[in-house]
Amino acid sequence: MRFDLQTIASWIEPESRILDLGCGSGELLKYLQEEKGVRGTGIEMDEDKVAEGIVAGQSIIHGDIHTEILDYQEAVFDYVILSQTLQQVLKPAQIINEMLRVGTQGIVSFPNFSHYKNRFYFFAKGRAPISRELPFEWFDTPNIRVIPIKDFRRFCAIFGFRILKETAISTYHHDRGGRVVHILPNLRATYGIYMLRQGEDPARKDLQAGQFA
Amino acid sequence: MSSQGQSVGKVDKHFFHFAHPPDEMAFECGQRLGPLTLAYETYGQLNEDRSNAVLVLHALTGDSHAAGYYSVKDVKPGWWDIMIGPGKGIDTSKYYVICSNVLGGCMGSTGPSSINPSTNEPYALDFPLVTIGDMVQAQQQLVSHLGIERLLCVVGGSMGGMQVLEWTARFPEMVRSAIPIATAAKHSAMAIAFNEVARQAIMKDPAWSGGRYYQDIPPEHGLAVARMIGHITYLSDVSLRKKFDRDLQDRCEIGFNLDQDFQVGSYLEYQGQKFVDRFDANSLLYLSKAADYFDLAARYGGGSLTKAFSHALSDFLVVSFTSDWLYPTSQSRAMVQAMKKNNLDVTFCEILIDYGHDSFLVSNPRLSQLIASFLDNQFKAVEEDAANAL
Repeated sequence: MRFDLQTIASWIEPESRILDLGCGSGELLKYLQEEKGVRGTGIEMDEDKVAEGIVAGQSIIHGDIHTEILDYQEAVFDYVILSQTLQQVLKPAQIINEMLRVGTQGIVSFPNFSHYKNRFYFFAKGRAPISRELPFEWFDTPNIRVIPIKDFRRFCAIFGFRILKETAISTYHHDRGGRVVHILPNLRATYGIYMLRQGEDPARKDLQAGQFA
Repeated sequence: MSSQGQSVGKVDKHFFHFAHPPDEMAFECGQRLGPLTLAYETYGQLNEDRSNAVLVLHALTGDSHAAGYYSVKDVKPGWWDIMIGPGKGIDTSKYYVICSNVLGGCMGSTGPSSINPSTNEPYALDFPLVTIGDMVQAQQQLVSHLGIERLLCVVGGSMGGMQVLEWTARFPEMVRSAIPIATAAKHSAMAIAFNEVARQAIMKDPAWSGGRYYQDIPPEHGLAVARMIGHITYLSDVSLRKKFDRDLQDRCEIGFNLDQDFQVGSYLEYQGQKFVDRFDANSLLYLSKAADYFDLAARYGGGSLTKAFSHALSDFLVVSFTSDWLYPTSQSRAMVQAMKKNNLDVTFCEILIDYGHDSFLVSNPRLSQLIASFLDNQFKAVEEDAANAL
């Protein structure tokens, strides 16, 4: 399994209830079911991946995460996972709010845009960076958000998402291997992974309803 | 997986007689009737634990003959032979499959064309207006008669899917898992409208004679037109275009007369004629009305679909088809939404396919795979439970 998914899996308590948004063919769900006895559900847009996941024995709902998540009641999941999808979400704060409504904890991972290779690419070529983590031209990319780790932390503060755990890793998208980056993560990590909880007292509530909502 | 697999081979139709007076069955409309008969077939072997039974529920004009052949002379196998058999989606080397003709039908189960023992004539319109709930009530008696306390799965498409939903609400403890395919928790106004046209076609045929046509010629014209209308709603714009487009029948140019110019017209006419030979007009009236009356939310949730599904204890696999405009995906999504609100274990897939509502009757590896995997998973869980209980 991908290193980032291994990291996420290591954070999850056995026997918990999981919702995996954009679950693909259910690789993480299957692993968590087999290794940790979790009860999992996934939501996925792509029919082929949905079918692959169902054939692999997972409960998957074919649909759009933005609308499908709205149907669940409060706190029915222990963890809601959004793995490498945040950069494709139109309203990130809204989806994380929903994640933290239907789940006690949310786990979010995303490719770190401020990785030094992206910086060099932009600096040297003066063109939109194309990397192994984000391998698309600007005109056909599904990724509509660029998210540096530093900005994600700021985003959490603005919207009152409490960070319970965070880790920065360096790996390649399809690699099983990887390592945790302790020094200068915003520069050196390819992915940021966060465990969030709804803050009791969002730090800057005024901004939530206002310009960023 | 789907087109492969083997045939269940030669099968027999059985008859289950029940509701003998004074224990007649109480129909939802308030009438009581008995004795009643259900025609049914079974494929595969019931295991020792009686835990591998799959109940297959047929659509509006289906019957108990879901798979295999009655004799070597049969041209066609049962209506879901692509799905049921050794190595197929519903694998009869693992599961014990039951399929019965619905109450109100005309393929061996008691319905309007059956003889009323007190008059020795067909019931015709004296037969109670049967509901989806009544059909399921009767099926439950059959299932219990076969010695099964809990079904591994109930599965069906269209009106069969309605029976699936009814089963999960009416007998939740008896249903471990459920597969409603291309169905809805209630008919849309459009679906009712098409059914109404079909019924009017029959009832406005002078031969219908208030339903008492059994001594004379049945309302063949009305029934054929009703079938033609129905058949259109089971297909799709794309499938019709691909199959016929505007191609002409046995001619090179249009005739400027009222003959059958177009292939699509000739095809529909053939479908109508074929149907008249095998189906009873009153049964079609009754069964289409039953489907129109079905409203799971009203019956089990005081109007709330979420509340209706609060009775269910099953795991669900819900399937819809992109080109199905009679039971569109939005109706399946509404069910899935209500299931999610009840924390039910639900899997949903909308399959991209051109064949319209009837897509579930067309050989389709994806549908077979989804059903096979879902059943396999459910059966493994049953076996695990059994092992843990020891």
